Amino acid sequence: MTDNTTPHRIADTRADRGSARITYPNSLPRPEGELEALERVWAAPKGWRKLSVVNNNYIGVYYVGASFLFFILAGLLALIIRVQLATPDNQFIGHELYNQLFTMHGTVMMFLFAVPAVEAMAVYLLPNMLGARDLPFPRLSAYAFWAYFAGGLAFFCSIFFGLAPNGGWFMYPPLTSTEYSPGINADFWLLGIGFIEISAIAGAVEIIVGILKTRAPGMSLDKLPIYAWAMLVFAAMIVIGFPAVILATALLEVERAFDWPFFIAERGGDPLLWQHLFWFFGHPEVYIIFLPAAGMVSMIVPTMAQTPLVGYRLVVLALLATGFLSFGLWVHHMYTTGLPHLSLSFFSAASSVVAIPSGIQVFAWIATIAAGKLQLKTPALFILGFLFIFTLGGLTGVMVAMVPFDWQAHDTYFVVAHLHYVLIGGMVFPLFAALYYWIPTVSRQPLSERVGKWVFWLMFLGVNITFFTMHITGLVGMPRRVYTYPAALGWDTLNLISTIGAFMIAAGVLLFTIDLVRRFRVTDGPNAGNVWNAGTLEWLPAGDYQTRSIPEVRSREPIWDQPNLPEDVKEGRYYLPGTATGQRETLVTTPIDARPQYLLQLPGPNWGSFLAALLTAAFFMGLTIKLYVPAMIAGGLAIAAIFWWMWDTDHGGSDTEVDVGAGIKLPVNASGSVSHSWWGVVTLLLVVAMIYICLVFSYLFLWLVNGDAWLPDAARLPELWQPALSALAWIGSSIVVILAGRLLSAGGWVAPALLLLLAAPLLPLGIWLEVQGQLETGLRPTETSYGATVYMLSALQGVFVAAVMLSALFVVLRCLVGLVHNGRRASFDNLQLLWHYATAQGLVGLLVVHGFPRLVGMG
Amino acid sequence: MGDPFDIVSGIQSVLSPAGPHAAWVAQLSWVMFGAGGLILLLVVVMTALAIFAPAGFRQAVGQRRTVVIGGILFPLVVLAALFLWVLNGSSALVTAGPPGLRVEVVGERWWWRVHYLDPEDRVHMVTANEIRIPTGMPVEFRLRTADVIHSFWVPSLAGKLDMIPGRINSYRFAVDKPGVYRGQCAEYCGEQHAKMAFYVVAMEPAAFEDWYGAQTLPAAEPALASEELGRDVFEANGCGACHTVRGTAADGVIGPDLTHVGSRVSLAAGILPNNRGTLAGWISSAQHIKPGNLMPSFDTLSGPELRALASYLESLK
Repeated sequence: MTDNTTPHRIADTRADRGSARITYPNSLPRPEGELEALERVWAAPKGWRKLSVVNNNYIGVYYVGASFLFFILAGLLALIIRVQLATPDNQFIGHELYNQLFTMHGTVMMFLFAVPAVEAMAVYLLPNMLGARDLPFPRLSAYAFWAYFAGGLAFFCSIFFGLAPNGGWFMYPPLTSTEYSPGINADFWLLGIGFIEISAIAGAVEIIVGILKTRAPGMSLDKLPIYAWAMLVFAAMIVIGFPAVILATALLEVERAFDWPFFIAERGGDPLLWQHLFWFFGHPEVYIIFLPAAGMVSMIVPTMAQTPLVGYRLVVLALLATGFLSFGLWVHHMYTTGLPHLSLSFFSAASSVVAIPSGIQVFAWIATIAAGKLQLKTPALFILGFLFIFTLGGLTGVMVAMVPFDWQAHDTYFVVAHLHYVLIGGMVFPLFAALYYWIPTVSRQPLSERVGKWVFWLMFLGVNITFFTMHITGLVGMPRRVYTYPAALGWDTLNLISTIGAFMIAAGVLLFTIDLVRRFRVTDGPNAGNVWNAGTLEWLPAGDYQTRSIPEVRSREPIWDQPNLPEDVKEGRYYLPGTATGQRETLVTTPIDARPQYLLQLPGPNWGSFLAALLTAAFFMGLTIKLYVPAMIAGGLAIAAIFWWMWDTDHGGSDTEVDVGAGIKLPVNASGSVSHSWWGVVTLLLVVAMIYICLVFSYLFLWLVNGDAWLPDAARLPELWQPALSALAWIGSSIVVILAGRLLSAGGWVAPALLLLLAAPLLPLGIWLEVQGQLETGLRPTETSYGATVYMLSALQGVFVAAVMLSALFVVLRCLVGLVHNGRRASFDNLQLLWHYATAQGLVGLLVVHGFPRLVGMG
Repeated sequence: MGDPFDIVSGIQSVLSPAGPHAAWVAQLSWVMFGAGGLILLLVVVMTALAIFAPAGFRQAVGQRRTVVIGGILFPLVVLAALFLWVLNGSSALVTAGPPGLRVEVVGERWWWRVHYLDPEDRVHMVTANEIRIPTGMPVEFRLRTADVIHSFWVPSLAGKLDMIPGRINSYRFAVDKPGVYRGQCAEYCGEQHAKMAFYVVAMEPAAFEDWYGAQTLPAAEPALASEELGRDVFEANGCGACHTVRGTAADGVIGPDLTHVGSRVSLAAGILPNNRGTLAGWISSAQHIKPGNLMPSFDTLSGPELRALASYLESLK
């Protein structure tokens, strides 16, 4: 810790709560060498080997840094846009570059900055805040980060070759279909955002399992920091929302590559299907970005006011309500598509109601500020700026929720103004507040208060000058996404003002970056310390292993309420003050009341994650630029690298229990439904199921659009024995796998491996039978959207089955070298989950494809 | 538009309405701006008080009660009132009965094909990039697209409605007073989305009838020698492969109908004024003015040929 005289430091003005007698889980003095052993197992690799680091303290910081880089890059694109629009009929850049610029600005800001930035903050903050030593799947975080960083950079570079996507960040077909976008620009978008899909899903798995399973003992859900609540809702929203865009991009890419007409109206497709899928993701996306930021604000405000958050439960409810409601709003991006007025009214009402949870949070922050005494430090300034900008953005949000107003405002600069108020107010300002606020936990010194005030005022004024003006620009008729405009319409002065404001924002960001370069020094030694006198666990003294011992939590602000906690934690008086098994470990606790359950051994540095990420990026890029053979080689190597990183993550349990303190003896690792990996796989399967549900929705949607004639007569469907055979193959394979599980429990490993090898071909066999049955009826995927959808159900099943078979291969390989047995079976159990899910998904698909037309035909 | 502080009026402005639909939205806008401004002020004042007010006041505010009143009850009441008012106001605009006129507009990359329909939905008259309508009666617009998604929008008259492949969207609105209003494509539709505008010209019903009658006639015969030369240039350069001039051999349907092109307010989908000079400029450098559109630059025409062609087209009133 640094001295107490730095100008940043907030003195503890809270009344002394007195000191009740505490019984500590572990006694002092700690044994010789305990701390050194802990430091040794958690030490990060040095030099160039640092690329193999997986610990959240490093990956989290890299991740935040990468997202900030993309913020700057996308911001530079915006500056070029603003220069072009500064004057009417400007010849600065042509339409080709402009259309790529605005597409990239939106795409990079949303997919490479906003979502990754909030996820990155979570990767860094959550374990610290929850009292865990790392995230539950450190190598997955490392993979997600590197895939995002490498893929994102490659994607961004497309702009330098004139190959950047130019269809808008929303990529509406048919503009983005092969007919109107024959180049590979659109493919860059579709495959490029594949990276962010991977890292977002990986992040969601980490966050859900991390929050529910790896909290400090005693941190029951009602003591969970608000930020963790926000991230839990965030992760759940990713699980529900991202699948829609994953499916949408898959459909469009398949349409572009193989001419399957999902969105081509002449062949029964519908461009509105894209819009429904895109906005079912796209609107929640806004809250996916905002909720984490709101969570950060709910952490920073109490510290800056030195008092607990007012209305904790209401704020939690507000977060949950926002997450729920956000899935009922997507149509408000489609008011002008000619939907029936009744459904517009419903979505209009829902879009207004979502203002209430935001209102709850705004007033909770105001009440908290009133209850304490706000210290006007830089983080507090950014919070106040956020309150103003976000409230204004929320108010214009209610305006555009009103259908008649939106018919005018939609796709004009009014909406550009609104969305920047919401996103800059709702995310960028909280993020800057958060950077100022939390940098002392990672850097040797905090950022400058003096420079910070300049940064704030430049950005605050710049944002309002740029974007407040745009409300008017839109109302006087300027549409979005135009590369130039004529002089006579009264838009000139307004645009010039916006351009000046944009450069003020840029000046603020530049100043911030300079301060960052000057003062930000990552440290694995002492950091700047608890400069704001905050109350939550991330402010405890920490090293690469986080805290020396894992505290027992008795309130929402343990540092405030448990006197001497930092020193006690540092001396090792709390749980797990060293390493119990000589490896990286963390405590797994129960999801609701956080009672210790078992000791989880965590994997350390490994090159597999890094290599797999680069190879994944190479795979996607190869596909995009149509270098198929290198792409396939990279894909195969990526799978090998993933096997490598997974290889030593299933440690198996040990017979002896370990003492973590307070007489609590915990088993090491676990299998079955208490295991963290079981939770991870279940979360992943929810994602997969949502993707499939979105495809079934697409099937039903296209049927609704086209009417009953879209479906074939029962006579033209494959006969029922054909799907019955497919079903038999899948159910049979699941039974064989269950049998393998039994034999594994009985102590064998040869027979289970053989049974897996026997069951595996049954999965593709079922798909082959289904596809063959459809082909025999003369149905072709390229002729109608019905055919495309039917074959797509099989294709999706095929992709998942391929993943299951790779997992089976992994497990069989482990069997062969004796790494799978009854005491070490997490990989087998997880394979079983995947397998049975594949069977269930296949059966649902058969029911839809063979049952639904017959059902409609009967009615 | 010389006055830089006049940011409200304009021929393409939501805030200078010229028909009942746009007037209702403009009224709604001003009410919401007023109310929104007050609520923003309230939040700012509350925040300022929460920071700077005396401790007693701050203590009273710093309670859960504030969250319930300010965050739940207050927005609930305001939103419910707004929602019901909007619902009520919007339904008052719905008119029954047959429209006074039916116009089909087809979005093309990047211009507007305009069909005036007869009562049996057949195309009765074709024009482009300019829609003339009579004042004082609801006009129905049937909107469809020939290629990608476009959006039909005349801010001074009504909100926008999308043109989507495979669908026909229609709505109706009326204009109160004669005038020229500018519309523009509002859905990003590719390279020249920025240059896809049009004009709506509202006329007294009698004047409209005269205009409509004239538009249904075949093209005027050239009166001057230069115009006649222009027609020859038109034919010799194959303009008729893409354009129709009714009463001549030119019957192309790829580009706009030019039968009465000289009578229109603008050229090239609302981006150039219409006169001999701009006609010549457009013909010789269409790819420079609007890169990527289907019209080639006829930059091989000689000066005299170009002038003749422009004066011929200008004569097609």
